[in-house]
Amino acid sequence: MYEGAIQDLIDELGRLPGIGPKSAQRIAFHILSADPADVTRLAQALQRVKEQVRFCSVCFNVAEQEQCRICRDPRRTDEIICVVEEPKDVIAIERTGEFRGRYHVLGGAINPLEGIGPDNLRIRELMERLQAGTVKELILATDPNTEGEATATYLALMVKPMGLTVTRLASGLPVGGDLEYADEITLGRAFEGRRAV
Amino acid sequence: MFVRHLNLVDFRSYPQVAVDFEPGPSVLVGPNGQGKTNLLEALGYVASLSSHRVGTDAPLVRAGAQRAIVRTAIVHGGRELTVELEIVPGKANRARLNRSPVSRPREILGALRQVLFAPEDLALVRGDPAERRRFLDDLLVARYPRFAGVRSDYERVLKQRNALLRTAYLARKAGRGTPGAADLRTLEVWDAHLARYGAELLAGRLELVSALSPHVEKAYDAVSPGGGRARIEYRCGLADDGEDMTTSLVSAGSDGPRVDRDVLAARLLAALARSRPAEEERGVTLVGPHRDDLLLRLGDLPAKGYASHGESWSFALALRLASYDLLRSEGIEPVLALDDVFAELDATRRERLGELVSGATQVLITCAVAADVPEALRGARYDVAEGTVRRVC
Ligand SMILES: Nc1ncnc2c1ncn2[C@@H]1O[C@H](COP(=O)(O)OP(=O)(O)OP(=O)(O)O)[C@@H](O)[C@H]1O
Ligand SMILES: [Mg+2]
Ligand SMILES: [Zn+2]
Repeated sequence: MYEGAIQDLIDELGRLPGIGPKSAQRIAFHILSADPADVTRLAQALQRVKEQVRFCSVCFNVAEQEQCRICRDPRRTDEIICVVEEPKDVIAIERTGEFRGRYHVLGGAINPLEGIGPDNLRIRELMERLQAGTVKELILATDPNTEGEATATYLALMVKPMGLTVTRLASGLPVGGDLEYADEITLGRAFEGRRAV
Repeated sequence: MFVRHLNLVDFRSYPQVAVDFEPGPSVLVGPNGQGKTNLLEALGYVASLSSHRVGTDAPLVRAGAQRAIVRTAIVHGGRELTVELEIVPGKANRARLNRSPVSRPREILGALRQVLFAPEDLALVRGDPAERRRFLDDLLVARYPRFAGVRSDYERVLKQRNALLRTAYLARKAGRGTPGAADLRTLEVWDAHLARYGAELLAGRLELVSALSPHVEKAYDAVSPGGGRARIEYRCGLADDGEDMTTSLVSAGSDGPRVDRDVLAARLLAALARSRPAEEERGVTLVGPHRDDLLLRLGDLPAKGYASHGESWSFALALRLASYDLLRSEGIEPVLALDDVFAELDATRRERLGELVSGATQVLITCAVAADVPEALRGARYDVAEGTVRRVC
């Protein structure tokens, strides 16, 4: 245990995902010896992200305005919505360049072990978007793991009465995985080869 | 296939050890507690990603060390494959295949196929159904490694479904009303997924039992001639009264017995619907392959509760020898490992077993007294003592 400020910083860093006690300590001492200007920039970036970044009022992607860049883009079609779990999945799919529609970010997947049910996700908001009738195809791009599959099945059940085309990404994605870790080519192919459910 | 090389770091009692093997029989000799079984256990871990002795990884790491490393070189069809596993208790293991990291340890399954018989196998006959389910599922994975994925998908879905049932159960008990419409909707989803993976797992087991059963009968007769007829029968919660699903659902396919997955999934769904009230009452999933058993019969009696010590032991050995025969008949040619078998057998049975397995590509044998090993299996000999393994002839 160190004293005061340095231990506080180690503790805070250690609470971040993917950072263990050893890394937390290494980062803390790196910051301690870093150029003050660099540290100020980091501190400001941390603060700004909380102050300025919010969730898009339409799709719940991260945004700096009321609506995100993708929802504001007039060149994209409103007829297809791609449903993903997290904002990072939007980035992964955008990298493939295969998709020109809009997104809907659920904020996770159905996961009873963690107490997450449909009401904890932005499913009601998705249903409201679909009520408008513009959307013709819904692509379910939740992660190819147990929880992602269950969420996709649940959504497919929910929207069935609406009569729109519902598709799921083609298999070939690493099973049990995370969309984020699929490379662009694999993910692009999965998009092209999506099949109706 | 055969194991050409084994190298351990901080595995069980070994700080570091390296052993070269050859095809044919190899006998590991040494007094009790010297680390003979530890060597077979390490190979077993590479073959199945689990130990035949313990359910958790902590005991596999040498006391005081942080992680264990198992490296093996396996020769199969003239090509050598190296597998490296890093076992870190409480964390995901890391694996390499021919020095390249694989994304998940499961991908090394199939690189080494091993059938291990050990004294612990007595629990196959005397223990809980879980022991026999594990026997079936491990063999299923050795037969078709993709079942490792099916098995873990099924277990994950089962866990999620149980969590949902439990939450609803606790909510009801606390007087917070019955589950909402959304919750029941999700239960429907979990039912569908449980039925899909459950049907796949169940089909794999039924096909396996059907293919394995003649080998069991033969193997028991070989280790215990005139000892009666040994049979296995899959006990499934979905079966109707008196129905044997290995005959009612299994049909002959071009590559062995086949079960229709859709039929099984439909039956599983129907069974889930029937048991829904009881499941909501108790907060757990009451039907599915996780509730099944493999019934072992000797003559007209069940082996469990009736068979003598010697009979139980012979049955357990027969199950392993049958596994070996089945894989071999399908062209897989696994490594056979026999841990402490011969001390339990009289001279005639030793010779008999020796002849039975002497044709194996590779047999690894442990024993405390070298003289217990039958003539037919006296191949390479290694002395195991105080953490060293030395080839003596
Ligand atoms: N995690 C561990 N760390 C250190 N030593 C261990 C560990 N696990 C087991 N051992 C030691 O390994 C030895 C057991 O080795 P093993 O089971 O291979 O013996 P064996 O040679 O097969 O003996 P037997 O003839 O009695 O079957 C014991 O002495 C035990 O204390
Ligand atoms: Mg032993
Ligand atoms: Zn948006």
